[in-house]
Amino acid sequence: MWLPSYATRSERAVRLAVVSFAVAVLIFLIAPLFVVVPLSFSDDPFFTFPVPKYSLRWYRDFFGNERWISGVVNSSITAVLTTIFATVLGTTAALGLARPDFPWRRPVMALLISPMIIPVVIVAVGGYLFFGRLGLTDTRLGLVLAHTALATPFVVITVTATLSTYDTNLTRAGLSLGAPPIAVFFRITLPSILPGVVSGAIFAFATSFDEVVVALFLTGAEQRTLPVQMFAGIRDQINPTIMAAASILLALSIVLFVVASWLGGRGRRGS
Amino acid sequence: MAAIDPAVMSRVEIFLAVKKAERPGRRAAFTLALPLLVFLLLTFVAPILLLLVTAVDNTEPRAVLPRTLAALSDWDGASTPGEPVFAALAADLKKAQEDRTAALLGKRLNYEISGMRSRMVAAARLAARLDAGPYRPAFVEADAEWGSVAIWAVIARNDRGWTPYHLLTAVDLQWRPVGGIGPADADQAIFLGVLGRTLTVAALVTLATLIMGYPVAYVLTIAPPSVARVMMLLVLLPLWTSLLVRTTAWVVLLQTDGIINDLLMMLGLTTSKLQLIFTRIGTVTAMTHIQLPFTILPIYSVMRAIPPTQLRAARSLGAPPLSAFWRIWAPQTLPGVVAGCLMTFILSLGYYITPALVGGPGDQMVSNFISTYINRDLNWGLASALGVVLLTVTLGIYWLFLRLVGADKIRLG
Repeated sequence: MWLPSYATRSERAVRLAVVSFAVAVLIFLIAPLFVVVPLSFSDDPFFTFPVPKYSLRWYRDFFGNERWISGVVNSSITAVLTTIFATVLGTTAALGLARPDFPWRRPVMALLISPMIIPVVIVAVGGYLFFGRLGLTDTRLGLVLAHTALATPFVVITVTATLSTYDTNLTRAGLSLGAPPIAVFFRITLPSILPGVVSGAIFAFATSFDEVVVALFLTGAEQRTLPVQMFAGIRDQINPTIMAAASILLALSIVLFVVASWLGGRGRRGS
Repeated sequence: MAAIDPAVMSRVEIFLAVKKAERPGRRAAFTLALPLLVFLLLTFVAPILLLLVTAVDNTEPRAVLPRTLAALSDWDGASTPGEPVFAALAADLKKAQEDRTAALLGKRLNYEISGMRSRMVAAARLAARLDAGPYRPAFVEADAEWGSVAIWAVIARNDRGWTPYHLLTAVDLQWRPVGGIGPADADQAIFLGVLGRTLTVAALVTLATLIMGYPVAYVLTIAPPSVARVMMLLVLLPLWTSLLVRTTAWVVLLQTDGIINDLLMMLGLTTSKLQLIFTRIGTVTAMTHIQLPFTILPIYSVMRAIPPTQLRAARSLGAPPLSAFWRIWAPQTLPGVVAGCLMTFILSLGYYITPALVGGPGDQMVSNFISTYINRDLNWGLASALGVVLLTVTLGIYWLFLRLVGADKIRLG
C-alpha cells in the first residue's frame, strides 16, 4: 500500500519523489561500507577504481604480520572478557529495573545509560588518570574494566526491552509451585529472555571489539588492539593492508548483525 | 500489621504502613541493580570525578615551596618581598634540586607566566650553590625578574591545593599575574572557538541527518512489510559496523584521487579535483553517515504508532494533501524528531576519531584538543578543564533529553 486510492496526481508525484529520495539515502548509508572490500583484494598499492587486478597479497600481509595478529588476539580476549562481565552485570540490573517497585528508577536509569552518552574521550582521560593511580594502565584488566563500563548500557537496554514483553505471571507460577527463585530464573525467566540477553551480549562484544579511544589511552604496546593498530596506521600512512583489516572487521560486524537480527526476529515471534 | 483499621489510622499512617510493607520488594529490586551501580561508580564515575579534580588540582607549588609560601603569607603584594622570603626560596629550591622537582614546578607555573620553567631550573641550580645569605641580591643578580612583583604574585596566589587557572583558560579567560581576571590574549583565546566549532559541527550533522532521515522513516512506515524489513536491515547494518571502518571508508572515498571526485567529474559537476579530505564538508559528511541511523530509528518508532486512518479522515473531511500532512501528521512525529535529533547532537559533541582522520586542523573538536593536551603537551590540568567544559555541555543536553524523552525510550533496533 504505497499510495491510497484517493491520491491525486500531484500527490503521486510527490510520493514518488520522497521514495526516490529515501532510496538515495539508503544507498548513501550502505554503499560506503563496502568500498573497502574491493580495495582490499586489489593488487594495486594505490586506491584505484575499478580495481585493475585482484589478488590476496594484502591479506597475506595481514596474516603474516605479527602486529596485526597480536591485535586480533588482544581484541578478541578483551572483547570476550568484556562481554562476560557486561552481560552478567547488565542482565542482573535489568531484572531489578523491570520490577514495578524499583526505587528511584529514573535517576538510576539515567546513570546506567550515561556511559553511552558521555564523550568517550572523557571516559578515556578519566580512566587514564584513575587507572594510572591504581597501576591498571597498560594492563588488560584496566582495558576490560573500562570497556565493560562502556558496554553495559547496551545490555541493560536490550534486556529491559525484552523483559517488558515477559509475562511475570510465569515467575509467580514457578514460585508458587515451590521452585526456589534461582531455579525459577534459570529454568523459566532466562530461557524466555535469552534472545534479548544474547543480543545484548553481541552488542557488548561489538562495542569492545570496535572501541578505539579508550584502548588508545589505556593500553601499551603489549595490549594493542586491532582498532588501535588500524587507527595508528591510517594516521601514519594509509595502506591496503588497512583495507584488509577493515574488510575483516566489516565481515565480523555483518556476522554479528545477522545473528542479532535473527535472534531479534525470534524474540519478537516468541512473545 | 493486623491493626490497620482505616477508622483509627490517619492517612499519613496508612501511607507509611503501605510504604513499609512495600519496602522488602523495593530493596530486592534495588539489590539486583546494585552490582552494576557499584561497578559503574568504581570504573566510570570515579574516573570522571578524578578528571574534575585534576582540572583544579594544584599540588606542585605547596609541595615544592612550603617555606616560601609560608613566608609570603604576610607579603603586601606591592613590592619585591624581603630577604626572609628569598631565604625560604633558597632553602626550598635547594631541596627541589635534590629531589629533582624544580622542573615540575616550573612547568606548572609556566602556564601562568611564561619563562618560569627555565627560570625555576636555573634558580634551583643557583640555590644549590648558595650556602649563606644574603639571598635576595644573589637571585636578583642572576635573573632580574626575581625582583618583579608579577612572579611573586603568581607564586603567592598558588598557596592553595586547587586553582581555577585551567578552567579559566578553557573558557578563554586569563588570570593575570597582576590585575585580576580578564579576557585571554588573542593568540591564546582559542577554546571558545573550538567549543563553538564543536557545537556548529554537531548542529550541522543533526540537521543533515534530520533532512535525510525523516523521509526514510516516513517511507519505512508506508512501505509494505516485506520491503520495510529489508529497508530496516539497511538502516541497522551501518549501526553495527565499526565506527573506525566507516571512517576508513570515508578517508578512502574523500581522497583527492578518490571515488567521489571521479564521480563528480563524471557527472560534470566539477572540472577540477576538489579538496574533500581534511575539510569541514568531508568531516560533516562522514559524521552524518555515521549518525543517520541514530536519528532515523526514534523518528520511525514514533511514526509507526500514528494511525494512518487519521490522515485518511483529514483528507475525507476535505483537507488538501499538504495541509493534511503538515497539520495532522507532522506535529505527531515531533517527539520522535526531538528524540532522534537530541541523541545525534549529544553523540556528535563527543566525536574524536572521525575529525582526527577526516578533518583538517581547523575541524578538530574539543575531544581532539583534550587528547592533544594529554598526549603531546602533557598538560593534564588544561586537558581536564576542557573535559569539564565538554562534560558540562553534554550533561546539559542529556538532562534535556531525559526531561523531554526519557532514558527508557532508547532502543537499539
